Amino acid sequence: MRSFKCDACGYENKEGTTICKKCGKPHDQAENSQLLNMRYDGTSIRSKTRNRSIIDKIWNFFSSVKVGVTLIAIALVASAIGTIYPQEMYIPQTVSPEAHYREQYGLMGQIYYQFGFHQLYGSWWYMVLIALIGMSIFIVSIDRGVPLYKALKYQNPKRHPNFLKRQKLFASYADYTKEDKKQLLSNLRKYRYKIIEKDGHFLAEKGRFSRWGPYVNHCGLIIFLIGTLLRFVPFMYIDDFVWVREGETKVIPSTEQTYYIENEEFIFETYGDDEEDQKFAEILAQQNAPIAKHFETSATIYRDISDDITGSEPELEEVKSGNIIVNQPLKINRLALYQDSYQLNEFQSMSFKLHESGDDAEESIVQFTVDLTNPSREYTFDNGFRIKLDQYYPDYELDDGEPRSKTNYPRNPGFVFFVYPPETEQPEISFLAIGHNIDPTQENDYKLGLTGFDVRDVSGLKIRKDLTLPILGVGAFIFMIGLIQGMYWQHRRIWLHPTDNKLWMAGHTNKNWFGLNKEIEKIIKHTNFTMPQDQEEKQHE
Amino acid sequence: MNKVELGKQKKQIKKRRRLIFRTIIIMLLFAALIFAVVSNLSADEAAVDVGDEAPDFQLKHLNGSGEQTVRLSDFEGKGVMLNFWATYCEPCEREMPYMESLYSQYQDRGVEIVAVSVDATELVVHNFVEDYNLTFPVLHDKNSQVLDAYGIKPLPTSFFIDENGVVVERVLGELTLEKLEGYLQQIEPS
Amino acid sequence: MTSLTDWSSSFLYASFIIYLIATVLFAATIKDKKREKQFTKLHVLALSTTIIGFISQLGYFVTRWIASGHIPVSNMFEFVTFFGMMLVLAFIILYAIYRIELLGLFALPIALLVIAYASMYPSELSPLVPSLKSHWLYIHVTTVALGEAILAVSFVAGIIYLIRQVDQSKSSAKTRWLEFIMYSLFATLAFIVVTTLFSALDYSVTFEHQPNDEVINLEYHLPPIFGPAGGEQVTENRMGALFDTPTWMHGAEAPRKWNTLVWSLLVGLIFYWIVRLILRKRVAASIQPFVNKANPELLDEVCYRSVAIGFPVFSLGGLIFASIWAQEAWNRYWGWDPKEVWALITFFFYAIFLHLRLSRGWHGEKSAWLAVVGFAIIMFNLIVVNLVLAGLHSYA
Repeated sequence: MRSFKCDACGYENKEGTTICKKCGKPHDQAENSQLLNMRYDGTSIRSKTRNRSIIDKIWNFFSSVKVGVTLIAIALVASAIGTIYPQEMYIPQTVSPEAHYREQYGLMGQIYYQFGFHQLYGSWWYMVLIALIGMSIFIVSIDRGVPLYKALKYQNPKRHPNFLKRQKLFASYADYTKEDKKQLLSNLRKYRYKIIEKDGHFLAEKGRFSRWGPYVNHCGLIIFLIGTLLRFVPFMYIDDFVWVREGETKVIPSTEQTYYIENEEFIFETYGDDEEDQKFAEILAQQNAPIAKHFETSATIYRDISDDITGSEPELEEVKSGNIIVNQPLKINRLALYQDSYQLNEFQSMSFKLHESGDDAEESIVQFTVDLTNPSREYTFDNGFRIKLDQYYPDYELDDGEPRSKTNYPRNPGFVFFVYPPETEQPEISFLAIGHNIDPTQENDYKLGLTGFDVRDVSGLKIRKDLTLPILGVGAFIFMIGLIQGMYWQHRRIWLHPTDNKLWMAGHTNKNWFGLNKEIEKIIKHTNFTMPQDQEEKQHE
Repeated sequence: MNKVELGKQKKQIKKRRRLIFRTIIIMLLFAALIFAVVSNLSADEAAVDVGDEAPDFQLKHLNGSGEQTVRLSDFEGKGVMLNFWATYCEPCEREMPYMESLYSQYQDRGVEIVAVSVDATELVVHNFVEDYNLTFPVLHDKNSQVLDAYGIKPLPTSFFIDENGVVVERVLGELTLEKLEGYLQQIEPS
Repeated sequence: MTSLTDWSSSFLYASFIIYLIATVLFAATIKDKKREKQFTKLHVLALSTTIIGFISQLGYFVTRWIASGHIPVSNMFEFVTFFGMMLVLAFIILYAIYRIELLGLFALPIALLVIAYASMYPSELSPLVPSLKSHWLYIHVTTVALGEAILAVSFVAGIIYLIRQVDQSKSSAKTRWLEFIMYSLFATLAFIVVTTLFSALDYSVTFEHQPNDEVINLEYHLPPIFGPAGGEQVTENRMGALFDTPTWMHGAEAPRKWNTLVWSLLVGLIFYWIVRLILRKRVAASIQPFVNKANPELLDEVCYRSVAIGFPVFSLGGLIFASIWAQEAWNRYWGWDPKEVWALITFFFYAIFLHLRLSRGWHGEKSAWLAVVGFAIIMFNLIVVNLVLAGLHSYA
């Protein structure tokens, strides 16, 4: 590393230093009338020194603010592109993404899909981009923070005359008394400046800690980014989903079959039922569908205490019972259950009656109820009738003329019943579904009819465990502290420099010059000192 | 040694230290980057994957005699094809006849086929088994416990387990007859 | 209850008028050339009028809160109005620090535009859906609005700076961009004027069209320059659509939104040219003489200071509080919803602003241009994201 000797005090400065660390003599090439660049207090920025090895080159690349800003700008543009069309997670799940983007957004949509912008934020390159920003933040903080810390820690109150003359605020006083100077120093103390002295030279300083703000907030960001990385560690993070029907007990996924949940009741309210909702009448009248007001699942959580093997009947012990409401998850251990979605009025059971085909009054011969979650095969009656449930389609549809079930759930049940009148072995066949009552032979003597049904609601619950949250919280907290520290305070310094028969004063702040001016106005009160001149303004004039 | 040389030596040491420090930091950062990208790409790894030991379970046997249960460990020493399916799943329906056609042949060679249905009602499974005359054990995972333990996402999903209980192959989606036969051969006990 | 709602809208009207008066008063302080750099009675009057206007708007806010039972920031009308109110508050704060009357002369008209813009949205009390029922609604939305409002003051300072500093003696890219900003303000005004005019005339024409599989009735409240493609006019005795809306615009309401946009842009252009023909020079050039007394360095500092104050507030409200609430309501602290992404973009942008300023010395004009772009991003997030890229946050 090359260094140079300060020609004023002889101190050996590091290469890249623009203000002598010891005496403060400016060593930049600028003219003496120009204002001094006080960024990083003129210390040598590590990366600006010569680089030899590949490591140095990588280091220097990341420690450049220009590179950092460019990376953020790229991330900004990329993020914006991702909002042009909805991301994959927000499009309907029923069609393939490729078809969806083509049909909805035409050629542009197709291009969007081809480039993979439909899952932009989860793509490897977006992740690399954010990681590169993280690396830049990390390296830049070390690269600039450490020298700045050293420079501010060992400040020499006795500065080279050129250092003072080239500050933005500068004044030279000839007429002043000892009392004036005393008053000035006491005023400075009153405004909570810390004063250090060397050979009659004074440095009054306050708010130095605000200079650490950027490094503190970068530190918070790094902790935050590490937190997001830890999500990939399996035990730190669970994200799962379960549908539970009213009255049903289900295993909570991702808990290794230890926890079970019972949906005791699903409560659903809409606006308009209550007297109180009258005030929204105008809006409610405009809507086609009712607006959900409140929904919750009252649930009980159980633990399987048997050591039996998976699949055997669990032995359940109640752990907790409570209501799961939007914005109020139910927590067990570190697991949280969130109210996510719902399906109303799924069929639970259906009741039928049998009557003679020609009977207009449809007088019931037998009546029975089919439990749709666990239907019986046969229904026998005292009067000799026997009805067999031959086929059952929970979610009936016709596929190429073949009846089948679309899903597992009784959303649109269809039945094939065999009706055996007393003492016959030859059944009559009936097909029933919502909107269908088919007699395939057209010769049935008896006809089945739906008399009623029970429904129940299905609650969709999200299961989340996220042990990274505390880390993210700490990161965000530190980030905010750093931001406030750096933005709401400022580092102000005032130098007093006695010359043969004059006293020089110079002032510097890292921001909010207006505030510094106001403060100096107060500080020179009751003294003969006048306001220092703003040399930048002077130049403009 | 004079002062100048001493100073030079000091600087050399400082420079070395700085290089080591920078190298460590950069290596750590790149390691984090690689970790992030690799984890992101392998984000949807299965709960039970190739090379893992197949978790044991016990379920109700729907086409056996009487109220029977079947355990996976009952087949110790045999190769097992474990198929997760449902009646409403069309691809599952298509591959069932293939499994049936190969079943008796491979059963003699020490390979068992076990189909776990995730249907909600037993009735529909019974109807299905009768329609297709399935003779291999069809089990009913009423509470979705086994489904959860194996982390099943799409249906059908088939596991091919060797005689030591280790998963040799995991197939997401439908199987053709040729592929099925190939996999069954793989798990034939030697 | 109805009376409370009436009270609430009266308060809002009153504050609108009071802000208008305050603007005139601030203009008078600048005309008052004799007593430069003095805090005269006129200044006191202008400031106190602004504060009275703010209190009146606070009255609107409180009465509406009581009437609806929840904080009035839950739809487009309420949120934008609140943003206007926070803009006035941010102005009062920065005026108290810097005492720049010009800030009032520009900030108050912008607040007026914002509030007038808000009133173009339906203002009925609307119920809260379950996911919005949380204390975080209060905390998150109010901090975001305050943060964005303080950042908007940097735009105001930036625009004054640019009008003051950009050389108007010859046409350049800078003067053209400045005129473009002026035109944008005219277009916003045009939107308000046109919408108010036609709603006063009770204008309505309905089209039947089929954007997806369903046939939908689409009601226009402005004469249709652009009708829905392949749409059929249902209402009789009305002028038919002149053009078809391009088919690549998707969504059932896209044709109407597009039509409104075209109206605003066209009428805005007419307004702009009328003003320009009267003034016989560039709009910014004719404002320049009024602002040349301002100290550019001080304006630059206000521009930077409001970013320095606003950025932490915005980060806290728009990212941190937002994440905490999202974690509670939707069980993920971040979901890449368009509104969230645009909040992140805003954050990125002001981070760039600060880095360029602190480390690369982007002061003065460069910094002022950046402040303008920042405000454009905030407005984009407020208007375009809500109306076009709608996601979970879609209000209207």
